[in-house]
Parts: sequence; C-alpha cells; structure tokens
Amino acid sequence: MKSLRKYLDRIKPNFESGGKLHAFRSVFDGFETFLFTPRSTSASGVHIHDSIDSKRTMIIVVLALLPCFFFGMYNTGYQHWLAAGETQFPFWELVLYGFLAVLPKLVVAYAVGLGIEFIVAQWRNEEIQEGFLVSGILIPLICPIETPVWMIAIATAFSVIFAKEVFGGTGFNIFNPALITRAFLFFAYPAQMSGDNVFVATGPVLGVGHQVADGFTGATPLGQVATCTGGDLSVTGITGNPISTWDAFIGLIPGSFGETSTLCILIGAAILLVSGIASWRVMLSVFAGGALMAWLANTCQTPVYPASMLSPIDQLMLGGFAFAAVFMATDPVTGARTNTGKYIYGFMIGVMAILIRTYNTGYPEGAMLAILLMNAFAPLIDYCVVQSNIRRRMRRAKVKA
Amino acid sequence: MAQNNRTLGVLFNPLSKDNPVIVQILGICSALAVTAKLEPAIVMGISVIAVVAFANVIISLIRNTIPTSIRIIVQLVVVAGLVVIVDQLLKAYAYDVSKQLSVFIGLIITNCILMGRLEAFAMSNKPWPAFLDGIGNGAGYAIILIIVAFFRELLGSGTLLGYQVIPDSFYEAGYVNNGLMILPPMALITVACIIWVHRSRNKDLQDE
Repeated sequence: MKSLRKYLDRIKPNFESGGKLHAFRSVFDGFETFLFTPRSTSASGVHIHDSIDSKRTMIIVVLALLPCFFFGMYNTGYQHWLAAGETQFPFWELVLYGFLAVLPKLVVAYAVGLGIEFIVAQWRNEEIQEGFLVSGILIPLICPIETPVWMIAIATAFSVIFAKEVFGGTGFNIFNPALITRAFLFFAYPAQMSGDNVFVATGPVLGVGHQVADGFTGATPLGQVATCTGGDLSVTGITGNPISTWDAFIGLIPGSFGETSTLCILIGAAILLVSGIASWRVMLSVFAGGALMAWLANTCQTPVYPASMLSPIDQLMLGGFAFAAVFMATDPVTGARTNTGKYIYGFMIGVMAILIRTYNTGYPEGAMLAILLMNAFAPLIDYCVVQSNIRRRMRRAKVKA
Repeated sequence: MAQNNRTLGVLFNPLSKDNPVIVQILGICSALAVTAKLEPAIVMGISVIAVVAFANVIISLIRNTIPTSIRIIVQLVVVAGLVVIVDQLLKAYAYDVSKQLSVFIGLIITNCILMGRLEAFAMSNKPWPAFLDGIGNGAGYAIILIIVAFFRELLGSGTLLGYQVIPDSFYEAGYVNNGLMILPPMALITVACIIWVHRSRNKDLQDE
C-alpha cells in the first residue's frame, strides 16, 4: 500500500499543470482517487464528511454483484455440459468454461464504456466519473451468453453516449445505462437476444468445453411459458426434465448470464441493504407490486395468456424480475428520490413488469421495459410527492394563523 | 449585386443555416415516417420541393387580393390542390413508392414547413424570390430526409435504394442488420445527431 502511495506521489508532478503528461490528468486523478481517499477537503461551507463517496458506493454494488457473477460462470458451464449430453460435471472445468465465455464480454463492456467516459472527461476537462464501474459488470450479467461481442460493443457505446454523456454524465442520466444497452440489443438484434439457442453456450472456448450439436432446446422458462399453448404449462430444462420452483430459486436453469439464481441475488440484496447502499423501500415495493400483480393474474388465469397460470412465487423467481428489483430498480440516479416516491416507483415497476410479461406475449420478460418506463416517470412522481407535501404544510400553516 | 446576394441567400440559406428541419425543427413527423428507406425519402423530398415551390408562387401571385381574415383558408386550398396533383402523379407513374408513402403525401398539407413559408415569405414577396424560397426550403427538407434515410437504410437493411451494399462476406462473418434503425425512434436519434454535428460546426446557432 505504502509503496503504491509513494509511486503515485512520485509520478504525480507529471500530471499537474505544466507537467508533460498534463493532458492525462483526469486519468491519473481517476486512478488515484480510486485507490486512495482524496486528501482534499472543502475550503468553505459544510465540513461534515461521509467516507462513502460514489466510488465506494459503486464498489459495494460490484461486490454485491459478484455472487451472481460467479454463479453465472458455473451455470454457463453447467448448461453447456448438459447441452453436450455429459453426465459428469467437473466443478472447476465448468467454472473455467463459464469464465472464459464471459470474459470477452466483460472486457469489451468495460473497455468501450470506460473508454468513452475517459475520452469525454478529457474533452470536457472534467474529472473521470465512476458511474460505469457498475454498468460495465451489469451489461454481461443481463445479456444472453451467446450475444456476439461486437453487438455488446455497439450497444454499450450507444447507451454511454446517448443515455448518459449527452445528459451530462454520471448522476444526470434519466435512464439506467445498463438497461439501455440491453434494450438496444433487444430491439436492434431480436434474433440474438431471444429464442432457443442464445441462452446456452454451444462452442468450445480456448479448447475448454465441447462442440454442441443442434437439437437441444435451451429456451428460458419464461420463453417456454410465453409460447406454450392449450394450458399445458410444463417448463423443462435442456435435458427435458421439468424445472421446479426450487431449481428456479437455486438458478441452474437457462437464462441470461447472471440473473438465473434468486439465491445469489438475495445474497447481493443482503449486502446492499446491510451496507445501506440500496433503498429497502424500492426493493420491498417492487416485490410487493410484482406479487400483487402476479396474484391478480393468477386468480383470473386464462390459457390465452399462458404466463397468467404461473404461481406468484414462480413469477417472482423466474426471469430477470428479482435481479432487476435488487440491482436495477434501486439505482439511486434514475429512481425516485423521495421516500414516498420510492414506494410508488417500486410498486409500479413490480406491477408493470408482471403486466408486460403476462399480457404481452411478444415480450416474455417485462422487467427491463418496466424499469425504463418508470425511470421516465420518476421525476414526475417526485414532483407530485413534493407538491402534495407543500400543500399539506400550507394548509396546516393557514389553520394555525 | 446586393439584390443578387439576397436572392442567392433566399435559395441557399435554408440548406444549412436556416434549415427547416434541423434549425427550425419543422416537419419532423414526416421525417420520422418516410425515412426507413432511401427511395420513398427521395420521392417525398421531391414532392415537398414541388409543392412548396409552386404553392409559394401561386400565393405570391395572388397575395394582394387575399383578404387577411381568410388567408389561411386560401393557403390551405392552394396547398391541398397541389398535393392532390402530386398524389395523382405518383399514383400514375410511381405506384409502388406511392403505396409506401401512403398517407404521408396527403399529409404534406399539414406540413409546418409549407404553412410557415407561405405565411412568412410568399405573402410578402414577389413570385420569383418566392419560387426560389420554396425550392430552397424544400431542398433543405429533402437533404435531411435523404441523410437520415441513407443511414437508416444502410444500417437497418444493409441496402441502398433497394440494392444490397453490405457484402455477403460480412453477414457470413456474423454481421447482423440493426433492427432498431428501422424503428421510428432511431430516426429521431439520427436527426438529433445531424443537429449535434450541425450546431457544433455553426457556433452562431448554439444557445447560450
């Protein structure tokens, strides 16, 4: 630690005004404050400091995402082994396969996103903002494992430029950049983002794994539900055996890379809640809204909309709902800020996610669209909450006088 | 010479500095609707050029006899007549494109660029400058439509004017057309990008 500090102090003059690497000062500054707490203190005004700054916040979210990430690596390998018809599942080989399969996506998402942020920071003569630390790991987590790397690069560039930088960078974006990335992929390349074959890796990576022949169905449970007819709601895994609620909870099912395991998502949720990073109000109300809507759909179930026949528990377990509730809806930048607003915002996300998923058979999963929709409404919700509070207090003031 | 400069300005200003779409933000609706492919965009551009130019001339000719209280009605009648002529011509000689453009030729009547030019220019100028103004504004609209349609068709369908331009080897290597470019939101974003580039090149158009 100390030698690192000394090294940074030694190279620091190069980046200061007049130094030969002055052009890269924001890069240096970004790394320095990433590694060490900044020493600068405010010269005037408020002097009370919380050690939680946005870099610490982001790192804790990344830590909370790691269980999902590691599970995703194992599950990718597991599904691949299943699809290849293997009966032995060597743990480390599975994890290695999943790691190699996801690594290019992770590297590309970070390289493109951070690259654009670095360039914009240099160009605008600002400090580097660290908002992409979380988005960069979220992007591979919410995409199918077979998404081509160049598509991730294009979608990431699109979302960082058009959803974030044009609004002013981290903290000013209206929509969640990771979800914009996924929405871009979903609408631009629908064939690569849904269907039977994209959720299971089929080829060997660097000599690890198998070449899987066609002929297995790797559709996600929700994808199968959306297309099933005649009221026969049998959801099966790759090998044809039925998927139970317990499987959906543990997460050894086909799905986007990091969102399958509700267990790991709950571990992440616990980390976020204990550290106070994420709002329990949003999380709770998303699940409440989702459960209510799922229960409503379930009580008036009809074979016309097969997803309405899922039990509320299954609705909350399957697909990206839990992941979106814990990691996406709780984004403090794009969500509602007032406490009452958070309940409304979260509740509406839960309701909309299940509503879209159930009654629009074109979209097997609605969590992404629900959150993007409510992102747009979050400022309005806050405005109404604040205004009603002002009105209430005005009334009280008048009665007294 | 000064007179000549002014006439040139009437013709060329709408192409860039006074562009109806990217500076005055008029006619956005049809710019979204007809730009998924290059061919209908070109036809739409030509139709608008023709309608604006001739409507400008006609209104300019009768500008002193139009009672002020009913001038909008008179303008609409002239435009509607011209639009019907254009519509019939397209149906006769370019039926396929006419079907693709469907209702949007008829909707030229409601295009803000037309009413704007008739009110702002034709009502107070002689026929020849009014004609040039119509050509200029129509061309300014058409240029933007063609730029937007170029990118949308190239990236969305891999073709230009219906001919495939992205080689098959790209598709074999895993390239996929961007389906989002076909959808209307990308037309807005493309127009926004054009505005972005245009504003950053013309400092005097930037807001404080």
